[in-house]
Amino acid sequence: MGDRGKDDDMKHRKTNLEPLEPVAEKPESHNPMGRSVTSQKPEARLGREVQARIGQQLRAMYNDVVSQGVPQHLTDLVRRLGDQEAE
Amino acid sequence: MKLDPAIRDQVLATVPSLRAFAISLCGNIDRADDLVQETLLRALAHIDSFEPGTNMPAWLFTILRNLFRSEYRKRRREVEDADGRYAETLKSHPEQTGRVEFEEFRAALAKLPSDQREALILVGASGFSYDDAAAICGCAVGTIKSRVNRARTRLADLLAIDSVDDFGPDRATRAVLAGGGRN
Repeated sequence: MGDRGKDDDMKHRKTNLEPLEPVAEKPESHNPMGRSVTSQKPEARLGREVQARIGQQLRAMYNDVVSQGVPQHLTDLVRRLGDQEAE
Repeated sequence: MKLDPAIRDQVLATVPSLRAFAISLCGNIDRADDLVQETLLRALAHIDSFEPGTNMPAWLFTILRNLFRSEYRKRRREVEDADGRYAETLKSHPEQTGRVEFEEFRAALAKLPSDQREALILVGASGFSYDDAAAICGCAVGTIKSRVNRARTRLADLLAIDSVDDFGPDRATRAVLAGGGRN
């Protein structure tokens, strides 16, 4: 399928995650699940490594689906509807 | 008037990413494909409201998310069993990641509140800016940042806790097998 070029800019951006630390706004601070756990644990120093890993796995998981391309029935659907439009 | 082929190609080019997002929302590939199909039907029926030159992926993601949200309210119970089923949705798993680690990651991701999960995926995997993600989710940029940070913190906790659980008994077992007492 030759029509994947358009979302290249999305892929190339890879990630927009900012460093974890500074969160000025906390509009959801009512959430009781928020911060409760850890930060005192010895594992905390692994934080950076863990975050890199999380980003990597997130993208790997996502790109696994992206690489499946467009299912044929959806290509057909879009082409068919595109041809019919506004008749 | 037929659909402009350039617009049509933009729609098609977004489908793979749209599916990945749908699967992350639904946790089930069949429902995700239904959702994508419904999104495309809706989008093409309202293609006149898309302004050429603006962000097609963001437009389609917004439609998909809204459809999912309205459907989710109807089917809440079913959707919540997404947990273990996510793993079944993919044929393969990325080579650079061990299978166990990958499943652990999925399980941890499934434990996140859905608003945190979707924010993390939009920004960390789909590659949207915080601004676009906020527009897609219909909330403030600060809210997206907060959700993403919370999601990352929670994931890190879950994954760290898991690995401690994994190593703990194992270490104990090894100690026993080695005939060791404890130090």
